[in-house]
Order: sequence, then C-alpha cells, then structure tokens
Amino acid sequence: MDRIPILRLGRVLLASIQQELTDDIALALQQDLTEMAAAGADGVIIDISGVDVVDSFLARVLSEIAAAARMLAGETVVAGMRPSVAITLVEMGLSLRGLRTARSLSDALSALGLGEARIQGRS
Amino acid sequence: MSPEAVTRLPVTSDVQISGARHAVREAAIAAGFSLVEQTKLVTAASELARNTLVHGGGGHMEITTLGRDQRGIRLTFTDSGPGIPDVAAALSDGYTTGQGLGLGLGGARRLVNEFAIDTGPGRGTTVTVASWPRGARRVTL
Ligand SMILES: Nc1ncnc2c1ncn2[C@@H]1O[C@H](COP(=O)(O)OP(=O)(O)O)[C@@H](O)[C@H]1O
Ligand SMILES: [Mg+2]
Repeated sequence: MDRIPILRLGRVLLASIQQELTDDIALALQQDLTEMAAAGADGVIIDISGVDVVDSFLARVLSEIAAAARMLAGETVVAGMRPSVAITLVEMGLSLRGLRTARSLSDALSALGLGEARIQGRS
Repeated sequence: MSPEAVTRLPVTSDVQISGARHAVREAAIAAGFSLVEQTKLVTAASELARNTLVHGGGGHMEITTLGRDQRGIRLTFTDSGPGIPDVAAALSDGYTTGQGLGLGLGGARRLVNEFAIDTGPGRGTTVTVASWPRGARRVTL
C-alpha cells in the first residue's frame, strides 16, 4: 500500500491525493494527518484535484479528518474538487458537512492565511 | 438483439472495489457516457461494491453492455451474505447498521437510471442498476 505523502508548509499540512485511493490508503491518510496535526499545525489542506470519484466512504473519511483537525490544528480545506465530482455529490445527496472547500490549492492557501508569497518567503 | 458483453469481477477486498471502479469507468467511456455520466455510474458502483464487501461479506460484480446501440450498461452486485430484512429502511438516507453514512444505497439509486434490489433474510443480496448516456436508447434491467 502506497501511503499519501504529507508536506509541511510552515504550520499547514498538505496532502495531495494523486493516486488511486483504496479504502486502506484513505484510512492511512486519516491516521497520518491526525498524528501530524497532533504534533502541531494550524491548518490542513487536502488536494483532491486528482480524485475522480468521491463516494460516501471517502466523504466520511474527509469529514472525520476535518473533525479531528478542528480540535488539534484548526481548519481543514478540501481543494480542487472536480466539477463532475461536485455534481455527483449533489445528485447523490451527500454533503461534505463541516468541510471547507476551495477551488484550487492557491485559494486554499489564502483561505488559511498563507498566500503564495508568504510560503516562498518561508521556504 | 446484439450479443451482450459481460465482464465478471470478484469483490472480496478494498483493492477490488477500486478495480471495480476502473472497470465501470472503462465500460462507461466505451459506451459513450459523458464525464458526469461516467462519474455518477462509477460512484454508484463504488457504493454498491462496498456494500457487497462490507455488509454482504464479499461477492462479485457483473458489467453488461446492452441495448441495440451498445450504449447501455447494466451492473449486477451479488453476494450470499445475510440479506436485507427491511429494504425500505435500508434505502432511506442515514440508515446504517454499520459505521457508514447510510447514504450508499439511496445515493446509488439516485445516480442511475434504473435500480432494482432482490434480497431477504438469509437469501443474500443482488442489486442491479442500469444507466445509459443521454440520447441513447433506454435499456431495461
Ligand atoms: N449487500 C448487502 N448485504 C446486507 N446488507 C446490506 C447490503 N447492502 C446494504 N445493506 C444494509 O443497508 C444499510 C444501508 O446501506 P447504505 O445505504 O449503503 O449505508 P452504509 O453502507 O453506510 O451502512 C446497511 O447499513 C446494511 O444494513
Ligand atoms: Mg454502503
């Protein structure tokens, strides 16, 4: 099983899902992000621009990550949801409760108060 | 009737749920589904395959391409698990006997053109769905 890498951008954690997501990989991401959030962070970004299907299992995992992060690390922003995925979620009746969404990674960074300039300045 | 192309896949692990999604995506592309139509069918398949695995204890999925113009897709999910005693309850949003969101069955039904379920206590469960792209000939289950 290939775990999804998590990057630290200053005090923000970034996970970018660029691979086929089996249930085990999604659960490992939940565990890894929660542990890293507990170790100290001010926000979490999950980039799902590479994800072509969000079903109720993945939606639940994303909501649970956000719920844990809210207590440990502030807000979670889900970035880059494809329009076809968003339309499907609406038709299915699945709302991503408690999740902030942003159109792109850079919108997500700004939402967490981290403009691109600031990140470059920090690295 | 033109000959039907049938593919049968086992659903006995989470990796096979992902395999089922891929196979349905390919069939939907071949049948001329738009991106949104593909995504709806693949998402429904993901929900139903997970139910086969998690609630039904594993089983299989069959993909059938059908219709005179070969643009309809029928998916059948079969397990010989405990069956569903109260189908109306199972279809209602938020109902779960496990840890899920309880949106899989009802959500899948909303994402496809046709939906049928054959189940009962001790009989296992077979869910059959069918979809076709807009403008294609309607297909029957
Ligand atoms: N293949 C199946 N075999 C037995 N029970 C099932 C099956 N599919 C669904 N169910 C029952 O229907 C309920 C609702 O299913 P679903 O809407 O997918 O929600 P969830 O999977 O999140 O529980 C399940 O909790 C389970 O009790
Ligand atoms: Mg389910």
